[in-house]
Amino acid sequence: MGKYGTIARLHELLTTRQISCAELAKKYLDAIETDNGRLNAYVKATPETALAAAEKVDAKIAAGRPIAPLEGIPMTLKDNISTAGIETTCCSKILKGYVPIYDATVWSLLKRQNAVLLGKTNMDEFAMGSTCETSRFGGAKNPHDTGRVAGGSSGGVAAAVGGNLAAYGLGSDTGGSIRQPASFCGIVGFKPTYGAVSRYGLVAFASSFDQIGPITQSVEDAALVYDAISAYDEMDSTSSGRKEPALPSLGNDIRGKKIGIAREYFDGVREDVNGAIRKALDVFRSLGAETVELSMPSLKYSLPVYYILACAEASSNLGRYDGIRYGYQTAHYTDRNDMVCKTRSEGFGAEVKRRILLGTYVLSAGYYDAYYKKAQNLRGTIVRAFENAFQKCDLMLAPTVPMTAFASGRTAKDPVETYLTDICTVPVNIAGLPGISVPCGTGADGMPVGLQLIGPKFSEAAVLNAANRYELAARESSFKAVKAGVSL
Amino acid sequence: MNYELVCGLETHVELATKTKIFCSCTTEFGAEPNTHCCPVCIGLPGTLPKLNKAVVEYAVTAGLATHCEINPDAKMDRKNYVYPDLPKAYQISEYDQPLCRNGYVELASGKKIRLTRIHIEEDAGKLVHERGNTLIDYNRGGVPLIEIVSEPDIRSIGEAAEYVEQLQAIMRYIGVSDCKMQEGSLRCDVNVSVRPQGSDRLGTRTEIKNMNSFSHMTKAIQYEMDRQIDLLESGEDVVQETRRYNEETGCTEGMRGKEDANDYRYFRDPDLVAIRVTDDMVAALKAKMPEGPQKRLARFQTEYGLPEADARLLIDRRRIADYFEAAAKGTKNPRTVANCILGPIFSRLDSDAAKDEFRVSVSPENLNALVGLLDAGKIRKNLVKSTLEKMLDTGKPAAAFLSEKDLAGVNPDDLRKICEQAAADNPNAVKDYRGGKEKALKAVLGAVMKMTRGRANPQEAEKILTQIMKA
Repeated sequence: MGKYGTIARLHELLTTRQISCAELAKKYLDAIETDNGRLNAYVKATPETALAAAEKVDAKIAAGRPIAPLEGIPMTLKDNISTAGIETTCCSKILKGYVPIYDATVWSLLKRQNAVLLGKTNMDEFAMGSTCETSRFGGAKNPHDTGRVAGGSSGGVAAAVGGNLAAYGLGSDTGGSIRQPASFCGIVGFKPTYGAVSRYGLVAFASSFDQIGPITQSVEDAALVYDAISAYDEMDSTSSGRKEPALPSLGNDIRGKKIGIAREYFDGVREDVNGAIRKALDVFRSLGAETVELSMPSLKYSLPVYYILACAEASSNLGRYDGIRYGYQTAHYTDRNDMVCKTRSEGFGAEVKRRILLGTYVLSAGYYDAYYKKAQNLRGTIVRAFENAFQKCDLMLAPTVPMTAFASGRTAKDPVETYLTDICTVPVNIAGLPGISVPCGTGADGMPVGLQLIGPKFSEAAVLNAANRYELAARESSFKAVKAGVSL
Repeated sequence: MNYELVCGLETHVELATKTKIFCSCTTEFGAEPNTHCCPVCIGLPGTLPKLNKAVVEYAVTAGLATHCEINPDAKMDRKNYVYPDLPKAYQISEYDQPLCRNGYVELASGKKIRLTRIHIEEDAGKLVHERGNTLIDYNRGGVPLIEIVSEPDIRSIGEAAEYVEQLQAIMRYIGVSDCKMQEGSLRCDVNVSVRPQGSDRLGTRTEIKNMNSFSHMTKAIQYEMDRQIDLLESGEDVVQETRRYNEETGCTEGMRGKEDANDYRYFRDPDLVAIRVTDDMVAALKAKMPEGPQKRLARFQTEYGLPEADARLLIDRRRIADYFEAAAKGTKNPRTVANCILGPIFSRLDSDAAKDEFRVSVSPENLNALVGLLDAGKIRKNLVKSTLEKMLDTGKPAAAFLSEKDLAGVNPDDLRKICEQAAADNPNAVKDYRGGKEKALKAVLGAVMKMTRGRANPQEAEKILTQIMKA
């Protein structure tokens, strides 16, 4: 795994002074220059920010002071995470030119550790999409095959980390937006329990689903980043912080752990993907874990529940983009109302408009009970189904996506078909659970397949440990080399 | 036909918390535009609200003071609508689980105006129209409000005005709001309908938005009542709609009909957690709550022997009532204290605003000391008023204006001599008195007071004169 620039490896290179932090940052910035045209991972590079942080770290190292694990590590943030002084647009025309005046809590936490921000990465507009192709800048490409999508919505972070253009990145996961692109790009994507990581500064898509999490090259890195960003934040009323740090529990034995397999997760999963998952199950069994068959019929409501509730919240969250205070404003208008209408018509893309309309509809008088209220009730049903399932098992295992990365441009024609591919990722968001996607080999097309592990609320340490056990046992066969980015 | 007014009010009261409802910006009124703002209250992308606990406490206190049931498990909802003064395009309010329910406000007649609910919400910013431009000031955005919704129990304009005055007095008393209509910290929406006297059916109502003064409110209700009666008399229907009051014409004008009403698409705000009001919290707030205006009115009459009209003037504003109580502490002459406030002090506060402020250069302690001199017989009543005027002019205590001689009074031997002299000077009065005209004594007493330049203790002098004149 020589090529992998994992956080642990880079930290070692820095502390043993094999490379200076500034040199390291420049290597990544140069690689972005060279390869971003192909991958379209970054929508904005921030070399000054990166080098300023790197110099601070170099000064510390030169002074013989110890550095923290994430200090000086080149990384990226999805374009929906607020960065003071750095444009944050959610890859939407409507936020063009918007420069936040405050930092998201996750970014302040990492900044304090002298994280080296290389730039902001591509995403589906307002995180609405599964391909990254609803971005104003066009979609990020899959580093394993640039004819395919990197996935979405955090496609840019996944393409950057998978393509060795960043050691790690933070994405956001509302219905699978961290796990799905990580699966497509053959890397690790971790969505923590709702509330474990502060949402303050994450531009809202669907507030009761959104959760920030790491996209990394290894499970150990995911644990490291998770530990750094999970903390109670008084700026976020729904924040609860974490129960325990995850890193210390990596390496724990998983012998005797019960892994639940709900058959509903395997309905409609492509045969080769299914095969890769079954092989992974053998690895878990060889590590001493037991498997438990489960049935969760209410999972079939996941997609409608998710799309109704997420769109409802989105329709309200996105009401503020009216061209008055920041972002895009239409050039020609007759009066205030006309200005707001034109700004929104011109500023939002088709997918965002579709979801705003859908969300407005399900909340409207006369339809609320039939859609929003019913979906809320079913959300409760799904939450209880998971609670019951975790009476019978410690963790659940499922595919992350029923297929491998789609070909570019194919899915824009039929949005509903694309919605259906979120089937395995949305239940975790509905129930607010932690979920991780770990690479587990390749499909018949040679593209990476992702394995999903799901735990009860605040079981991050157990989920990450099991994923780490699997990763170490299966690494050689599951990881696929990429020809892009920094080579170390 | 005779018609009866049926009226209910929605009253918005700005809470007097130091900071806004969802962020730590100050709520202070009157600053430069957009200086009391932060990323949260201007709704920048990614920001989240954080409920100010004091807002809940103030609202629960308001609920307790109006006999409401307190909801132990309230929540906040989003009310979605688009307007430039609302930077998130939704107002965070409470829809179906308000903090307080089922209360009432009692009028002087003993009639109870029932309250449906009291809920908390955030205020919007303000549009300022200037030289053809519309500018937005977000200072007021996020200032906490309570909305107090009454049942349609009001049957006359007088009751409507009294209801609002009562609310104002209660809210001021418990200290949750200064309720200044002129600054917009108390605003009313009025629902008006009419029906034939004696009918128990409700007529179609109209809602008049945003009344920000008593006189506009009463004029608007009168106009709207007359308008509706005219319509009914001429066989037409009242249309359910929202209207505004035009201050210049004195008329109400249609704003939007029922079919144009906003669909607010209320749903629970996912950024906020449930509001849990524990029994302990309610008990603590109850214990902290000051006496309400009604109770105080009764107590001022019984405890201090004040006439009802005077007591009313004093209790109207908590600051004034508190001042009175501090100044009247331990005195034998509480009515003199009341007269000091209602006379010399009030005459220097010529507006409602000045009375609200109640800036008085004489501290209640100094007024108490002045009346204390009267209690001790060291000065005469008429010296109280003139001394108080001097104190008000200068802010100095009474002692600064009363000479040693004033305070020393007249010693008993001297007083006897002066009384004998006065009797000798007024033989006719003495004769009348002895003839049975008791009033004649007053003329002689007047002479005594004149000779002592008011320093004599009138009770003492009267005693001596009675002895002399009876002899």
